[in-house]
Amino acid sequence: MARAAVPGGLSPRLAWRVGRLVEIRDETPTARTLVLEVAGWPGHLAGQHVDVRLTAQDGYQASRSYSLAAPQDGERVEMTVQRVPDGEVSPYLVQTYRIGDPVEVRGPVGGWFVWRPTDTAPVLLVAGGSGIVPLMAMVRARRAACSRVPFRLICSARAPDDLFYADELRRRVRDDAGLDVAYVWTRQAPPQWPGPPRRISVADVNTHGWPSDLAPVCYVCGPTGFVEAVADILVALGHDPRRIRTERFGPTGG
Amino acid sequence: MGIVTPGFQGRRRTTQPALPPGQYLVEDFPVLSAGPTPRVDLDHWEFVIATETGAEHRWTWPQLMALPSEDPTVDIHCVTRWSKLGTTWRGVSLDTLLADVETTADYALVRSYGGYTTNLPLADLRDGQAWIAYRFDGADLAPEHGGPARMIVPHLYFWKSAKWVRGMRLLREDEPGFWETAGYHDYGDPWREQRYQGD
Ligand SMILES: Cc1cc2nc3c(=O)[nH]c(=O)nc-3n(C[C@H](O)[C@H](O)[C@H](O)COP(=O)(O)OP(=O)(O)OC[C@H]3O[C@@H](n4cnc5c(N)ncnc54)[C@H](O)[C@@H]3O)c2cc1C
Repeated sequence: MARAAVPGGLSPRLAWRVGRLVEIRDETPTARTLVLEVAGWPGHLAGQHVDVRLTAQDGYQASRSYSLAAPQDGERVEMTVQRVPDGEVSPYLVQTYRIGDPVEVRGPVGGWFVWRPTDTAPVLLVAGGSGIVPLMAMVRARRAACSRVPFRLICSARAPDDLFYADELRRRVRDDAGLDVAYVWTRQAPPQWPGPPRRISVADVNTHGWPSDLAPVCYVCGPTGFVEAVADILVALGHDPRRIRTERFGPTGG
Repeated sequence: MGIVTPGFQGRRRTTQPALPPGQYLVEDFPVLSAGPTPRVDLDHWEFVIATETGAEHRWTWPQLMALPSEDPTVDIHCVTRWSKLGTTWRGVSLDTLLADVETTADYALVRSYGGYTTNLPLADLRDGQAWIAYRFDGADLAPEHGGPARMIVPHLYFWKSAKWVRGMRLLREDEPGFWETAGYHDYGDPWREQRYQGD
């Protein structure tokens, strides 16, 4: 694995900064995008994450990590949070957190699971559930930079209602030359979908990914079991393990 | 105290003396790594300690198995905030492996099959603080948890406990590893919440 200096890497100290919620977009019945204005935000790369810290009236604190959902845009920081039913932080962020309210953030963090607009290798993105968040940041960064690097995205979601960014993905595929998106539905497929709902398979990755001899960089993000399965498939299809980057987040961050 | 976020209550948790600040308990065993799980063939497995003068000490799998083993039961703490208490391992103490290694180095850069690296002061690998572990909870160590063998350094955040361990270089000067180069703390003491650089 190569070492590279990145924003957030080797920086003096990752300071906590105050962010304020300026915009909310509902993505699904249980997930929403939060746009924060963070004064002094140092900038970030697609694929990095932030730590968010909440403080209660009596000083009690909880922090969690959230991927940045969009590329750098001044002091705006965007994330998409999926409500975990018995979770401590995500139900607050999805249901209670209001426009104008402060929250502390620190970051950006992470320097391996990133895509830079100067990268030229073809890219395969494989998303399971909310794992699409950092991958969408890459799709958006590609668009923002007018990059022509060929991108393929495979999204696995439970059902059409659970897919984040559905409209924007449709638009991007129409407008962004060189971007392809394929879907896998695990519980409920849309009407007219060929075949029953099922989990991602070798055939999906083979059909909608890149041949290994094109030496793409593969980014896989989602729950642990999903990431393990996809990374194993990629290795079996002949991809160089050093070109497969993974980010795992389940409810416990594992 | 930080900036209060209106309406946030949090779920009060009974404080656990064994839990470092900012950590919560898990019963399962989350998996976190930067890439796919390497599959390492035992016939070709080796562990190599290279000293600062270039001397190499090598162990094959049968040689590692022939060394005296220990069964440490330890608490482990991941920088992503989960902790797991009372995990039971079997492995060879680094004291055993370092016994015949002549060195005055102060640092170790541990490396793994798959290319991962992490750095630690050599003193943190001595005196019963670290093991090359090959069994977890009574069974062979599963590949996703670092099998066939991983480092266990329970007093530091778990990214220091390199999975699929392959060897280490002993160094006079500290050299940051994979996550340390990406902004994580150089040392990683969970009790001092040394998560990121400068903490
Ligand atoms: C690098 C990274 C990026 C991430 N990006 C995103 C993202 O873009 N979007 C997103 O939605 N999520 C993301 N996550 C996951 C996110 O950090 C949180 O884990 C998630 O929001 C759940 O937090 P929570 O506080 O709601 O749930 P938690 O309160 O942490 O609970 C989650 C589950 O763990 C159990 N649990 C937790 N603590 C305890 C305890 N003390 N005792 C018993 N059980 C417990 C709960 O019962 C529940 O089932 C990311 C994680 C990482 C590590």
